[in-house]
Amino acid sequence: MSPLDLETDVLIIGGGMAACWAAIGAARAGAEVVLVDKGFVGTSGVTATAGPGHWWVPPDPALRAAAIEKRHQAAFGLSERIWAERVLETTWRTLPQLAAYYPFSRDGSGNTYYPGVRGPEYLRALRHCALDLGVRILDHHPALELLTHADGAVAGAAGYARLARRPWTIRAAACVLATGGCAFRSGLIGSHTNTGDGYLMGAEAGADLSGMEFSTIYTLSPAWCSTRTLPYPAARFFDAAGAELDIPPPMADRAHHRALAKAMLEGPVFADLSEAPEALKPILRRIQPATIAPFERRGVRLFEDRFEVKLFGEGTVRGTGGLRIVDDDCQTTVHGLFAAGDAATRELVVGASSGGGSPNSAWALTSGQLGGAAAARLARSEGRRAGERAFARGRAGLRPAGAARDVDERAAIGVVKDEMLSYDKAFWKRRASLEASQLLLDGVWAEIAGHRGAEGLDQVAARETASLVATARWSTRAALVRTETRGLHGRADAPDLSPGGARRLLVGGLDTVWSRFETPAVGALLAEAAA
Amino acid sequence: MIAHIFADLCNGCQACVSACPTHVLDPGEAGGPPVIARLDQCQTCFMCELYCPQDAIFVGPDQTRAETIDPVAIKASGLLGQMRRDHIWDAPPGDLAPLSEYWKLGPYLMGGAQIAAERYARKHK
Repeated sequence: MSPLDLETDVLIIGGGMAACWAAIGAARAGAEVVLVDKGFVGTSGVTATAGPGHWWVPPDPALRAAAIEKRHQAAFGLSERIWAERVLETTWRTLPQLAAYYPFSRDGSGNTYYPGVRGPEYLRALRHCALDLGVRILDHHPALELLTHADGAVAGAAGYARLARRPWTIRAAACVLATGGCAFRSGLIGSHTNTGDGYLMGAEAGADLSGMEFSTIYTLSPAWCSTRTLPYPAARFFDAAGAELDIPPPMADRAHHRALAKAMLEGPVFADLSEAPEALKPILRRIQPATIAPFERRGVRLFEDRFEVKLFGEGTVRGTGGLRIVDDDCQTTVHGLFAAGDAATRELVVGASSGGGSPNSAWALTSGQLGGAAAARLARSEGRRAGERAFARGRAGLRPAGAARDVDERAAIGVVKDEMLSYDKAFWKRRASLEASQLLLDGVWAEIAGHRGAEGLDQVAARETASLVATARWSTRAALVRTETRGLHGRADAPDLSPGGARRLLVGGLDTVWSRFETPAVGALLAEAAA
Repeated sequence: MIAHIFADLCNGCQACVSACPTHVLDPGEAGGPPVIARLDQCQTCFMCELYCPQDAIFVGPDQTRAETIDPVAIKASGLLGQMRRDHIWDAPPGDLAPLSEYWKLGPYLMGGAQIAAERYARKHK
């Protein structure tokens, strides 16, 4: 089939909630919008398979101030109150606008309930809303690389349509990267396609990343299938001999997961859900149907039988790192390139703590809306520049530096999983283990960047592998450089906060990874803005 | 993982091929059932079942390995289409029934966490 060549005002890359809200934001601002997704807009990504709650506080000044302060205190000095304010306000104003597409139901008091939505229905609603606004959605059109102008501004993207089996090139005045986070192929539900593609494409085009050290976070599920987690918080845990384990409760957060991880390193761990809220048991199916299926189809009685559990890594999905944002429009350091959702750092709102749950969803909506609208404005003011020459920026997995040869891709992904997800390496980080990880990952990168060539559909897998390895290298480098324990980032050999550590850590680079603390630090920036 | 496509139920619409976010399926011959072409990419997300109007596709419960099922037993089990029925996926626009209990998710999550916290506190007082 012949290649697809298009030009548009705004190109959205990704197909989850941030991408959809970006497309909606850009279209409402008057732009012609094309959205390309690796999968299908409606089922792609970690929101479609979940049920996001949005951070939701009524516009009462006292309530807002209290919510923002509470979140700020938990952010370990890396967040900015102004971003929390922006996120709360944008979410409050925007989410109800979806009422024509999503059946917002009533809560127990008879009021319309907005903040919590079920993934498949939510993404279907967003898809229909975007289509009605004239967004052109191209499903199964994974982007492989960004294009830039000679002056460094973004010029579009190129990719490969995997159902139609043909290459595509789309020129655009502005691009929004909304490709999601990276769960390092942990098996976390919805995350198979979340391989950090946007981080790699952005970095190749010259963007920085921030907060990549805050990637140690896990979610509990049955050992045979990652699910959503509604039935599990009340679980009791047992070892293989049937002895009950003394696990701090989920509210203890990090201690809860560390205790589970420690037990799992010693042997299989079993959960018993018999003490789950009684009223939940008969209606779980009505709330999270997909959580029931892996039990029902295996003949395990969810609330009666003990079953083996494990921890599935979430990486930067519920971690906080991503592409660095440098202005109020969610623009990256590359002119015309915006980042939204988990593709962007969420430190602005949640700092070193997880934004898992409601802040992340509200951020995805807000960054999508802001980035999409700003991309539309930029398209109007600067034009498409479609006649100018554009440069393809993709390297590893597309254009090997040396001679192409067979590269063991399974082994490469195996290294990423081992180094990023193994409980011992993740929960008890030490200089020596991080340096060993770095060495291994650098070796894998050299092999892929040097020798992995690909044609046709295989390019998609090649780029996914390159992105996984690149993301692992940035995370490992950041974890090595931040010699303290702060929020999600824990160092067994540096268990306390360091006095000067309240600074964001930037990373980037491809063959040579670099890192530097952001200067001035967050506090100084804020003082400067206030002065 | 996707375990079986029932050729006798499938109408060849290829909705599952399009809906699968991880490109597990290839379109079948004209009018025929799709082909399970890349099972290693299946993440057991059940989205293909949700989007199949014929209830002709069945996902097994294990995401770690390929599963073989007995098609006759699965048909008899009543599990085909379970995901679509549980979601009330085909409710008309504006029908609030499918998500009428959804607001309880937060309170029950919190309720479960409180049960665990109180149990732990009792044990460690």
